[in-house]
Amino acid sequence: MSMKISTRQVDGVTILDLGGRITLGEGSVQLRDSVRDLLGKGQKKILLNLGEVNYIDSSGIGELVSAYTTVRNQGGELKLLNLTRKVHDLLQITKLYTVFDVKDDEASAIAAYSQA
Amino acid sequence: MTGQQASRITYTLDSSLDSVNKVEQTAEQMARKAGVDEDEIFRISMAVREAAVNAVLHGNAYDPDKRMTASFENTGADLVIRITDEGKGLDPATLPDPLAPENLLRGSGRGIFLIRSFMDEVHFRQLHPGTELTLIKHLGTAPTGA
Repeated sequence: MSMKISTRQVDGVTILDLGGRITLGEGSVQLRDSVRDLLGKGQKKILLNLGEVNYIDSSGIGELVSAYTTVRNQGGELKLLNLTRKVHDLLQITKLYTVFDVKDDEASAIAAYSQA
Repeated sequence: MTGQQASRITYTLDSSLDSVNKVEQTAEQMARKAGVDEDEIFRISMAVREAAVNAVLHGNAYDPDKRMTASFENTGADLVIRITDEGKGLDPATLPDPLAPENLLRGSGRGIFLIRSFMDEVHFRQLHPGTELTLIKHLGTAPTGA
């Protein structure tokens, strides 16, 4: 099963609701294109809701990192929401858990974006 | 091409993502049949997927003339998975440490690290040309389906 992405706006933050697999050749490219499209539209406050992501491989992890650095380099903020246990564990193992700003509640995640 | 000998299954596959998915699914089925728990099934199938990605992407570079072979064996004591490619060869000693601060934000380079994290033994062998990765999970006292 490939990845599903839907987009919504809440208080100036773009939430990408992701589901399925983020892997080489499946979700990785979709995620990259979605983040690029948002940045192209000037939407730089991005929240990736990973609550329905049931599988991610090293390519998917790399894509999350690339999305994070791309958004940050353009003056934006990218946060992660609702990690499944598998994704949480993978980010712990790869020492990326403390790199990302990880939230488990949507409202507080939205409130954590800078108001600039 | 498929061959079967005792409990060993061997596939010779194109250098494609479909092959990666097939290898991953075979590993998952093998682990499930061996009676390991869901977390271990995830770790084993992910490690095998990463090895297959390495073979197809970094080893064979999607070359249609090069093949990946994948063999799966439950010895009763271990699950043994061997993935080979026909690429230029991989020296694991040259791989950068993905946990080093200067590498944390790299967009790639975590595959071998995850394989080593999830399996009990990982062995590299140079084939000239190509690389063979052997991934081993000890079954311990877990019931086996072999």
